[in-house]
Amino acid sequence: MKDFIIPQFPPGDDRDLGTPARSGAPVSLRVDGFDVTVPEGTSVMRAAALAGIMVPKLCASDNLEAFGSCRLCVVEIEGRRGTPASCTTPVAEGMIVHTQSSKVKRIRRGVMELYISDHPLDCLTCAANGDCELQDAAGQVGLRDVRYTPGDNHFDPSGTGARSQSEARLRMPVDQANPRYTPKDESNPYFTFDPSKCIVCSRCVRACEEVQGTFALTIEGRGFDSKVSAGTPLDDFLSSECVSCGACVQACPTATLQEKSVIEMGTPERSVITTCAYCGVGCSFKAELNGDQLVRMVPYKHGKANRGHSCVKGRFAYGYAQHKDRILKPMIRDTIEEPWREVEWDEALAFAAGRMKGLQQKYGRRSTGVITSSRCTNEETYLVQKLARAVFGNNNTDTCARVCHSPTGYGLGKTFGTSAGTQDFDSVEKSDVVVIIGANPTDGHPVFASRLKKRLRQGAKLIVLDPRRTDIVRSAHVEAAYHLPLRPGTNVAVVTAMAHVIVTEGLVNEAFIRERCDWDEFQYYVDFVRQDRHSPENMQALTGVPAEDLRGAARLYATGGNGAIYYGLGVTEHSQGSTTVMGIANLAMLTGNVGREGVGVNPLRGQNNVQGSCDMGSFPHELPGYRHVKLPDVREIFEKAWGVEIDPEPGLRIPNMLDAAVEGTFKGLYCQGEDILQSDPDTHHVAAGLKAMECVIVHDLFLNETANYAHVFLPGSSFLEKEGTFTNAERRINRVRKVMAPLNGYEDWEVTQLLANAMGANWHYTHASQIMDEIAATTPSFANVSFDLLDEKGSVQWPCNEDAPEGTPTMHVDHFVSGKGHFIVTEYLATDEKSGPRFPLLLTTGRILSHYNVGAQTRRTANVVWHPEDVLEIHPHDAEVRGVNEGDWVRLASRSGETTLKATLTDRVAPGVVYTTFHHPATQANVVTTDFSDWATNCPEYKVTAVQVSPSNGPSDWQESYNEQAERSRRILPAAE
Amino acid sequence: MTFSSPAPTDEDIRAIVAPMTSLEGPLLPMLHALQDEYGVIPDIAVPVLADVLNLSRAEVHGVISFYHDFRKSPAGKHILKICRAEACQSMGGEALAESTLARLGIDWHDTTQNGAVTVEPVYCLGMCACAPAAMLDDRVIARLDRARMDKLLDEAGA
Repeated sequence: MKDFIIPQFPPGDDRDLGTPARSGAPVSLRVDGFDVTVPEGTSVMRAAALAGIMVPKLCASDNLEAFGSCRLCVVEIEGRRGTPASCTTPVAEGMIVHTQSSKVKRIRRGVMELYISDHPLDCLTCAANGDCELQDAAGQVGLRDVRYTPGDNHFDPSGTGARSQSEARLRMPVDQANPRYTPKDESNPYFTFDPSKCIVCSRCVRACEEVQGTFALTIEGRGFDSKVSAGTPLDDFLSSECVSCGACVQACPTATLQEKSVIEMGTPERSVITTCAYCGVGCSFKAELNGDQLVRMVPYKHGKANRGHSCVKGRFAYGYAQHKDRILKPMIRDTIEEPWREVEWDEALAFAAGRMKGLQQKYGRRSTGVITSSRCTNEETYLVQKLARAVFGNNNTDTCARVCHSPTGYGLGKTFGTSAGTQDFDSVEKSDVVVIIGANPTDGHPVFASRLKKRLRQGAKLIVLDPRRTDIVRSAHVEAAYHLPLRPGTNVAVVTAMAHVIVTEGLVNEAFIRERCDWDEFQYYVDFVRQDRHSPENMQALTGVPAEDLRGAARLYATGGNGAIYYGLGVTEHSQGSTTVMGIANLAMLTGNVGREGVGVNPLRGQNNVQGSCDMGSFPHELPGYRHVKLPDVREIFEKAWGVEIDPEPGLRIPNMLDAAVEGTFKGLYCQGEDILQSDPDTHHVAAGLKAMECVIVHDLFLNETANYAHVFLPGSSFLEKEGTFTNAERRINRVRKVMAPLNGYEDWEVTQLLANAMGANWHYTHASQIMDEIAATTPSFANVSFDLLDEKGSVQWPCNEDAPEGTPTMHVDHFVSGKGHFIVTEYLATDEKSGPRFPLLLTTGRILSHYNVGAQTRRTANVVWHPEDVLEIHPHDAEVRGVNEGDWVRLASRSGETTLKATLTDRVAPGVVYTTFHHPATQANVVTTDFSDWATNCPEYKVTAVQVSPSNGPSDWQESYNEQAERSRRILPAAE
Repeated sequence: MTFSSPAPTDEDIRAIVAPMTSLEGPLLPMLHALQDEYGVIPDIAVPVLADVLNLSRAEVHGVISFYHDFRKSPAGKHILKICRAEACQSMGGEALAESTLARLGIDWHDTTQNGAVTVEPVYCLGMCACAPAAMLDDRVIARLDRARMDKLLDEAGA
C-alpha cells in the first residue's frame, strides 16, 4: 500500500527522495557499496536516496508516482541487462546497484545534452536561477558542452538560431519567426507559464492529476510537438479548469511554471515553517522570504494535515497582509458619527479602558463583553476570554464558532463525550465509504478534498447529502454513488430515515453497541427510529429525497466497509443543527464506525482556529477545556491561576449581547478579529445592537464593516507577524511562527494584554509560549502541550497529556471518552422559516474556492479575478417564470430584508432552491437571513431562508444608504502634529 | 461526410456518442463516430465528451491531439497516406512521396485545390515486404511506383 501524498521522512529532512514511500516487508540491497534496507516495492531511486545517494532525475518527485520519462536516473544493476531507470525499478533482495558507472554517466550526459539543446541558455537572468532542478541536474551529470548545432526548437522566438532568449531579442528585427515558440501565458494572477522553458517532464500534469485531482493539464500532441496545455487550445490558464492550487508550480523543475512574486522579487534566502490562517484544514507552509519581504508560501511536505499540498488561498492569497487598506495606527472617536482620529497606543488604550470601566460603573459589571476570534491563535483567544472573566469580571465571552460549529460542540459532546472530530485527515486513506453532509470540500476545504478525491479514485464510494450539486458530486474521475438532494432544512428527517433503514433492515452492529454504548438508551432510540413514519418512503414528500436512493445510501454506509462521515455548516447552521449532529453520531454508533482509522465523524471546520477558539473557553458557559463555569472545582483552578474571583453565572452569547444592547443593558464590546456585522445573520438587527452600544472596540487588520459602529480601533497583526498555535479540524495543534515583525508594532495577544493592564490587570506575558504553558497547566486535555513539544514533533493532536504524551490521532479507540456512547432521539421538527406565497423559494448560502468568509482578506488579493462579486444561483425554471435571464440584476427579499445581486442560471440547485455566497459587503447576503437559530446553541439558521426573487434595476435603497453610512464612518483625520 | 451542414450542437454530439457510453474505453470509439459524422472533431465535442465521460476538458484534448487521424479541419474527399517509415524509404518511398506532392502541388497534410485528395504521412502500414506502400482511404496499396501512384490519383480525381 503506497503512502498517500507525501511519505514519511526523518524529521527535518526536506530532500526529494524521488518516488513515494511504500510499506512492505524489508528488502536489503547495496547501492554504491552502502547497504540499505527498505520496504518492498520501494524504487531503487528512493532506496539510494535513503542511503544518502541522490541519483540525478528530472521527471521524478516523491509526491508523484514514478513515470520513467526523463531517462536521467538510469543505473546499472549487477546481473541485469542494460541500464534501467532507477525510479521505475523496484528493489529486490540482494540487489547490487551502481549509480555512477562510466556507462550511466555517459548516458546521462547524452540525455542532458539533448534536453539543453532545446532549452534557452538564459540561466543568469532566469527567475529559477539557483532554484532550478534542470540546472542542478546539468551540474550533477557534468554537462560541459552542447554539441548540437541550433535547429528546430521551442525557445528561440526569432527563429534565427539564437541559443538564448536574450540573444534572440537582439536578433528579433529579422523578418523570421519560430512557429514552435509559444509566448508566456500570464493569465493566472499568481504564476506564469512559459512553454519555451518546458522540458515536458509531465510533473505538472501528474501533480494536477495525482495530488490535486483536477486534471486541468495535459500533454498536447506527441513527439517533438508535445507541449503542456491547460485545457484546450481555446483556453489559457485562467479560463481552463485550473483551480490555481499551485501543485504544478511546485512540481515544475524549471522556470516554466513560476510564481510571479519570485519573478519580481528574486529567489528567497530564508524560510520559516508556519500554519495557514484560512480554513480548518490547517496546512503547514514554508514562508519563504528575503529579509522581511515575503516572497512566497510553499506547502510544507512534512505538514501532517496537508502532506505537502495547498490551495489557492493559502498558497497565493496572502497579499492582504501588506495591503494598503491595513490600518497600522490606533484610532478613536467619541461617537460613530465623527471621523476617526489617529492616536498613539497609550492614548487609545487609556481611552478604551476608561470607557469600559465607566460603563461597568454606570451599567453594572455585566454590561460589557468580548468576542474572541477563530482567526486568531489559541493564546490570543485564551487571553481575550481571560480579559472578560478576570478583568471585566463576567462571562460575557463568545466567539464566531457560535455562528458555525457550536452545534458540533453540543451534539458530539452529548453523544461521544468530546466536542471534536474523531479522526486525523490521514484517516480518509483507509475509508471505504465516505459520507459528506452539508459540506462543499472542493471549495471550502480544498486540500482535504484533494486527499478525499485521491481515495475515491482508488475505489472508495461516496455519498453526498446536499441540496446543491457540488463539485464533489461529479467532477473529473469522481462521481458520488448517491447524491441525496434534500430540501433545505430537512437534515434531521434524512439522517433519521437513514437510521431507520439501518435498524429495520438488520444492518446494526450489535456487538459494537453492546460493548461501547449505553444499551438502554440504544433500545429507546431503536423504538423511536423503527417507527414507520421515519421510513424513507414516508419521508420522501417532506425531504424531496427519492426513497430508493436513501435506502441505497444507508445500506452502502452500513455495509460498505469503513464508513466515515464528514460534515460542514450545512448540518450545523439550522434550527435543528445540534439534532442533526447527534443524528450523525447515532449513525456512526449504529454501524460501529467509531474508534479506528478510516471511520468516524468529522466536522470540517470553517476557520483555521475554530476548534481552538472553542477549546480555549470562548463560550459564555465554559471555561477552557469545555468545563462548565458553574462547577466550583473548575472555577477554583482558574481563580488560583489568575488570582481573581470568577463569576459563576454563564454570560451572554453573541445574539443575546445584541438583544441586550438593543434593550440598553449591554454597552461595551471588545471584538477581536471578527466582522459580526457582515458575518452574523439579520444585518439590520446586528447594526441596531452595535449602534446602541457606547463603546465598541474593534481589533482587526482592516476597517471592517463592524468598525463602522466602533469607537476604538486597535490595529491587529496578521498570522505572519506572531507566535502562537492554531488547532485545526482534526484537533491538531500547529505552530504559527513569526515570519516578520508586526507591522502595527504588537502581536494581537500583546494588545489584549495592554488593554487588560490599562484596565488595572497586572499581566506580564513576554512570549506566547508562556500563555500556552498557562493553558497546559489549567486544561487537562492540553496538559502535555508546550511550544518545545510542538517544535520537536511538528504538531500534536489533543488530548495530549499523561495518557497520550504525544497526542491522540484517533479518538474513542477502546471506549468513548465519556465511558459509554449515548444514542439520542432525533425528532424532526420543521423550522419556522417556511416558504409560502410571499416568499416561495428557499435560500441557502455557502462559500466558494477563491474566497474566504466575509472576504476581508481574499477580496484584498488577486483572487477577485475568479469571483468579483456574489451571484445568486437559480434554477432555469424558477428564473423563467420570473423573467430573469443570465446576468440580470435581481432583488432577493425575505421577511428580514432585501438586497440585490446578479443572477446566474444553473441546475446545480433544484427548482425551489436558490443559493448565494456572502463574500462581498456590497451584497450583504445576511441582510436577508433571519434570526432563527439552533435550539440548543443559537447557531443561526443561515442555510434556510424563505425568499422571493424578482428582476431589479440595480442596488437597493438600503444598499445605497448602507454604503453611504460606511463611507462616512470610515473617514480618518490625519494625526495631529 | 457533409461539410456545409450547420455547426453541431451539444445535443447532436450527445446523440451520436450515446450508444457508446457503456463500452470499455469509450473515448476513441466516440471520437471515431464524431469524425465519421462531421469529418472533423468539432471543438464543441471536447466539453461534451468531458461531461459525458466525467473527464476533464484537458484530458479529452490530450487524447484528440495525440492522434493525428483526428482532424481539426476537414480533409478532402479522399485521404492518401504515404508510408515514410524505414522499409519504404529504402525502396524509394521518399522519392515517390516527393513526386506525388509535386504533381499535386501541395505539401504534407494539405488538400488539393479541387478538394479531391488530402495527403498525409504515415509511419508503417505493415507492408514492409512489398514497399513502398500507401493507403487510399481504407485501401492499402503496395509495390507502388510513379505510374501506379498516378493511376491512383486519377482514380481519386486529383
